[in-house]
Amino acid sequence: MLLRLHRIDKFYPTGEGPLHVLHGIDLSLEAGKSLALTGESGSGKSTLLHLVAGLDSPDAGEIHLGGTNIVGLNDTALAALRRRTVGLVFQQFNLIPSLNVAANLAFQARLAGRPDPVWLKVLAERLGLAKVLTRYPEQLSTGQQQRVAIGRTLAARPRLVLADEPTGNLDEATGDAVLDLMLSLVAETGAALLMVTHSNRLANRLNARVHLHAGRLA
Amino acid sequence: MVWTGLTALLSHWRRRPVQLAMLLLGLSLATALWSAIQAINGEARASYDRAAAILGQDRIAQLVREDGARIDQQVFVRLRRAGWLVSPVIEGEMRFGDVRLRVLGIDPLTLPPQAQQVDVAAGDELLPFITAPGVLYAAPETAARLTEQATPPVRVAEGLPPGTVLTDIGQAQVLLGAKDKISRLLLWPDQPIGRPPLKVTVPGLTVREPSETGDLARLTDSFHLNLTAFGFLAFAVGLFIVHSAIGLAFEQRRQVFRTLRALGLPTRVLVLLLIAELLIFALLAGLVGVALGYVVASALLPDVAATLRGLYGADVPGTLSIRPAVWAAGLAIAVIGTLVAAAQSLWRLWHLPLLAPAQPRAWARASERALRAQGVTAMVLLLAAAGIAQFGSGLEAGFALLAVLLLGAALALPLVLTGILHLGDRLARGPLAEWFWADTRQQLPGLSLALMALLLALAANVGVSTMVSSFRLTFIGWLDQRLASELYVTARTEAEATAIHDWLVQRSDAVLPIWSIEGRVAGQPAAIYGVADHATYRDNWPILSAVPEVWDRIAKGEGALINEQLARRQGLGLGDQITLPGGWRASIVGVYADYGNPIGQVIIGIDTLVRHYPDVSRLRYAIRIAPGKAEALARGLRAEFGLPAQNVIDQAGIKVFSLEVFERTFNVTAALNVLTLGVAGLAMFASLMTLSGMRLPQLAPVWAMGLTRRHLAWLELSRGLLLAALTMLAAVPVGIALAFVLLAVVNVEAFGWRLPMYLFPGDWARLAALALLAAGLAAVVPAWRLARLSPSDLLKVFAHER
Repeated sequence: MLLRLHRIDKFYPTGEGPLHVLHGIDLSLEAGKSLALTGESGSGKSTLLHLVAGLDSPDAGEIHLGGTNIVGLNDTALAALRRRTVGLVFQQFNLIPSLNVAANLAFQARLAGRPDPVWLKVLAERLGLAKVLTRYPEQLSTGQQQRVAIGRTLAARPRLVLADEPTGNLDEATGDAVLDLMLSLVAETGAALLMVTHSNRLANRLNARVHLHAGRLA
Repeated sequence: MVWTGLTALLSHWRRRPVQLAMLLLGLSLATALWSAIQAINGEARASYDRAAAILGQDRIAQLVREDGARIDQQVFVRLRRAGWLVSPVIEGEMRFGDVRLRVLGIDPLTLPPQAQQVDVAAGDELLPFITAPGVLYAAPETAARLTEQATPPVRVAEGLPPGTVLTDIGQAQVLLGAKDKISRLLLWPDQPIGRPPLKVTVPGLTVREPSETGDLARLTDSFHLNLTAFGFLAFAVGLFIVHSAIGLAFEQRRQVFRTLRALGLPTRVLVLLLIAELLIFALLAGLVGVALGYVVASALLPDVAATLRGLYGADVPGTLSIRPAVWAAGLAIAVIGTLVAAAQSLWRLWHLPLLAPAQPRAWARASERALRAQGVTAMVLLLAAAGIAQFGSGLEAGFALLAVLLLGAALALPLVLTGILHLGDRLARGPLAEWFWADTRQQLPGLSLALMALLLALAANVGVSTMVSSFRLTFIGWLDQRLASELYVTARTEAEATAIHDWLVQRSDAVLPIWSIEGRVAGQPAAIYGVADHATYRDNWPILSAVPEVWDRIAKGEGALINEQLARRQGLGLGDQITLPGGWRASIVGVYADYGNPIGQVIIGIDTLVRHYPDVSRLRYAIRIAPGKAEALARGLRAEFGLPAQNVIDQAGIKVFSLEVFERTFNVTAALNVLTLGVAGLAMFASLMTLSGMRLPQLAPVWAMGLTRRHLAWLELSRGLLLAALTMLAAVPVGIALAFVLLAVVNVEAFGWRLPMYLFPGDWARLAALALLAAGLAAVVPAWRLARLSPSDLLKVFAHER
């Protein structure tokens, strides 16, 4: 099992006291499989994704990634986990505006110490970015920007791809095309995919789906 | 509508108190430094005006000798007999104990009403005034300095300039040792008819028309211009902060502006509301700045007063009076400065289409075209600087050159830094290094104003410290040449001087007279010294240019040496003729360096001096003796003649005093330099603090991709230090150019001497360390905040963008 979550709880401090956003979540995902995480706004989907990515830590429970419980790891170890084991795709792409497309694509792979020019070339071709490698993010369409974000993540060959509404900012046609590409490329790398989405249509295209409601798995 | 709009606009500042504090602080500091300089200048100028207005000189014409020499008292008698209504005045400097004062002697019985400075005839005051021992009238602070000195009775009189005592002409003649002599004659404005012409009655005298500015005001003009220039530089550096803070606030509020306009607030009203908001801030910061300026001026004024006294002999009170005009001007400059700093943002808003993108215009994406335009402007300014250097003349051209040079260099800085960062980017190896260089380049537009301010402050520091250190090195060398004698003695009377001379002749290697008279040469106030024919002068005098065997010619009475400032101001050179007091002419046989002296100086042979000016005061001597015996001789002199300590000074004592005057002269400049650097440091801090909030969207993805917050914080700190270091590197050549202009143009125009330039890399290293410390301090708070930022705050970056 690549990913296993055991009795995860998460609270956020608010003016009216702690807000319980995740209640005893248990979840698992095998290598090479994809899982859609659906739920209404505020149900805790993104929070759960951030916990898995090591961006935040739960208040209770365990998160086993590749056999290691990442809860309680220090900042440096979590940073190493984000560099080498997981890859994140954001709704707003979060490309680095000061780097051109080629540098953005290669960035995380190089950070992880796994630069692979051949694989990068394949990705650029497959993602339709080969002709815009010298452009800067601001010079790209939103669809192109999201393709760069996906390419950046996959270039590092992470074992787990975490995608937070990756097509939420795109129109339906573009979104579908981008998702197709992402799913086929993830499959090629053998990575597992955990994707947060509002859309039942998109969720149905993944191997499995779970639904979060008010912080609990429905 | 107006109130609602204003509330919405002001709410921005409520949520960003640090940004507001920086805006107010920048404006307050800029106003404070400007107001402080204006207050100091105002105080000094008021003092000069008082001096110029004494005895109605600014309203009454006077009869004087063209060469400035004293007039025989008989001339007064002759004029009165001829029917002219004139009143005699004698003026001179003398020492009461250790207090040196200007003594002004008047004849209260013939004084024109317009010249009545003090009512000496009030009550029963007239008789004690005109009979021995007389009465000295003095301003309160001068009277206070005289309390422990042996003087005639002193009375306090408001309105007299500091450092001046007023007494009866007869008493003044005794005090000044100028029996039957007067300095000038005041001409009554209304004269009886039928008088013979002045040219017939007193052919040697000329009429000097009333003048509103005295010699002091003219002499010190350059000094005050220097101060004003530095005050303006500090103000400009402060305005960079204001411009930066206002520009940032406008960018951050674009969405609010669009919403307000979409909701029906006319653009005109919006702009007016923003102006109102700025005026509120300007007035608030202006008030604080003016109050701060008073504190700064009070702290600096004693040093300025000491400098003016030491350098120009100008007495300026060491305490500050409150001048409403100066403070109102400070408030006005705060308002004008704010509006100037905001003009570009207001203009943009006025022309912003309603449906323009509401996202803050990313400074990081400032177009290369804008950068190129800035580069072209910088080139034009630097070319203009070269043009002024080549073809300009005068002090104003010197300062224009400085302004254009500094502005051009500041505008060129972002272009230069972009080039260096591009190079760094190209040479970088590894994703982090590449990102670091590229991201630094992208951040540059947001920081460029602060970096330009830093460049100005650093360049001013390099330039001024190079100038001061070059001056100090030259000055010390010059002092060693000029003060070659081991001891200097001043007798209290001429009889005592003769006795001292005779006593010394048997006990020393040489006794060299230091005798001089004051007068006017080529229309300028000047001192004429006589020197003995001695190796002391032949071996040591700091001659800049001279004819062959110059000292032989001086000894034979065949020429005169003049100081550099007289030569430069009057365009005099070797072989030119000058007319000396008394009307005789001499040929210039040499020009010598005479640093620190504002007036002209002429050196002739001692025999020539005595022949032309038999009444010359013969009180001072320089003594040559083996250095080891000097102290014993000084002790013997004091014991033998009961001379006060200050009348026998050794070489080291004079050097210490001269260096003290020198150091104080540049104390104010040094203080302004430090303050300017502080303001620039603050500008950087303000920019980094405000940018740190905007940086999160750029940093959070890198953190998400596997960098720790601490690592990111170190990179942010390094970025601040790198930019400061590069700015310092750029500041060095600008500073050297600035020093060159100060030494080769401004000093020559302002003081009349040109100094060689020396470079002091050690000083630059110290300054670089200081700049890095300032930048480090400015960057450490945002970096520390980043390192301590909770993951949830970083995650908000992703959440906010939904």
